[in-house]
Amino acid sequence: MIETSTILPAFDVQAIRKEFPILKREVKGKPLVYFDNAATSQKPQIVIDTISNYYSFYNANIHRGIHSLAEEATAAFENTRLTVQEFLGATSNEEIIFTRGTTESINLVSQTWGRQNVRKGDEILISAMEHHSNIVPWQILCEEKEAVLKVIPVEDNGELDFNAFKNLLSNKTKLLAIAHASNALGTINPIKEMIKEAHSAGAVVLVDGAQSTVHLNIDVQDLDCDFFAFSGHKIYAPSGIGILYGKKALLESMPVFQGGGEMISEVTFEKTTYNDLPYKYEAGTPNIADTIALKTALDFIRSKGKEAIRHYENHLLEYATALLKVIPGVRIIGEARDKVSLVSFVVEKVHPQDIGLILDNQGVAVRTGHHCAQPLMARFNIPGTVRASFALYNTTEEIDTMISGLHKAIKILS
Amino acid sequence: MITANMPSVPEMEQEIIEDFALFDSWDDRYEYIIDLGKKLPALEDQYKIDENKIKGCQSTVWLIANYENGKVYYKAESDAVIVKGLVSLLIKVLSGQSPDSILEARLDFIKAIGMDTHLAPTRSNGLRAMVKQMKNYAMAFKTLQEIGNTK
Repeated sequence: MIETSTILPAFDVQAIRKEFPILKREVKGKPLVYFDNAATSQKPQIVIDTISNYYSFYNANIHRGIHSLAEEATAAFENTRLTVQEFLGATSNEEIIFTRGTTESINLVSQTWGRQNVRKGDEILISAMEHHSNIVPWQILCEEKEAVLKVIPVEDNGELDFNAFKNLLSNKTKLLAIAHASNALGTINPIKEMIKEAHSAGAVVLVDGAQSTVHLNIDVQDLDCDFFAFSGHKIYAPSGIGILYGKKALLESMPVFQGGGEMISEVTFEKTTYNDLPYKYEAGTPNIADTIALKTALDFIRSKGKEAIRHYENHLLEYATALLKVIPGVRIIGEARDKVSLVSFVVEKVHPQDIGLILDNQGVAVRTGHHCAQPLMARFNIPGTVRASFALYNTTEEIDTMISGLHKAIKILS
Repeated sequence: MITANMPSVPEMEQEIIEDFALFDSWDDRYEYIIDLGKKLPALEDQYKIDENKIKGCQSTVWLIANYENGKVYYKAESDAVIVKGLVSLLIKVLSGQSPDSILEARLDFIKAIGMDTHLAPTRSNGLRAMVKQMKNYAMAFKTLQEIGNTK
């Protein structure tokens, strides 16, 4: 028996599982074991109901309507903004911009703040463990502006090389764009210290919170980051809704992103004046239903307690790591001291895709491949990994199912 | 080399469907495919070049084709063994056939044996692209043949 940390008594995983209808289904005749949470989380019934209720009872276009439905929809929509503000610890709800997801949030910053502030010869600093979504927008910007993309290297254990980071910072560094947690390795980066260092060098900091927001307490004021982005779908909310937090002064100084309805104040053919924050960045009819459901998801998380969730998920991570480590031929990729609840591994002489297919036959959903982090895979000289990522509804029994499936896969594949 | 009186594409497809009918679990089907994958002769390193590469999102397939006496002969390999097993089935069905039979091949057996998800557009494992490339080779050889005949 493997010793793991004790579980907080208040955390009743069986009760939580009942809130997620999808967990009742079977895959290929076996009970579903869903370990692809870092790609997207499943949704509790209350989130699904929120969407259904919106369309059933108060669907209307928001803001300008004066009828009752429009008022109800607007109130629900703006309530999400307040909840997100609290969830992130932002100073004002004007600092919360609704986007389609983390990727759009990052692109918004690169195309507005970036185009306005980055000039020829300037440097943008990212890390070797970034998701493609936090690489490509900056490459596009650098190409346009003849700026330089610099990359903080990753150590063998999956942690950032902090000294290299400090050496890469200079008065040329205009921006540090950094993942709070790595989607492929699980590494939690020491972003608070990094933000402090970057600010001392005069750089602005964007934090990619896609993988951290569901697991960790986020306080943007304490972190002092300038931008923070996350996606709803990884945090028990629907897909198609994401958040960009930005410091008010920065958001006010930046040019607009997309033009259209809602983001304007007054339009004539000669000149258009723009709306105030946050609407300045929200052109067109937004994703109303999913935005409203994001509040339900955040309330769901708060009701379970982020500390209790983190404690339970750590227990799952430790349990899975301990069991994987003793399987001959298995090598864990990413053994940082501080990790979110995901484990990436490779099996000697076996392609990750083959493992994923055999596990799928056992009803176990994992992700295989490069996890949209090809430069990171190149750094570790592997084509990809098998990644099991855990959520608050997963159990140690499910990990046992994965481990026995893995034994089977290794036996028939090698 | 395969003899002239080899079974037709539909006959080959039927044979595979009958083989798979013997299995009642997914595990058994996959074990059989893995076995085929392991038995598929390795492609010589000289052919494992970018020119012959069909890149998927996760796994890679290398494919070469030759044309002899009106028949197309394929050789292929993959870095993932299940894909390799599926590649082996495609070669079994299509290699040694005439360009016309290859171009007409419906490859319904893939669905019949429950492996159609591997060919779905969402599965970027190179298999779908490989089928397309196999047909492209057949089309190219057919065209060359026709040009040759008119000269």
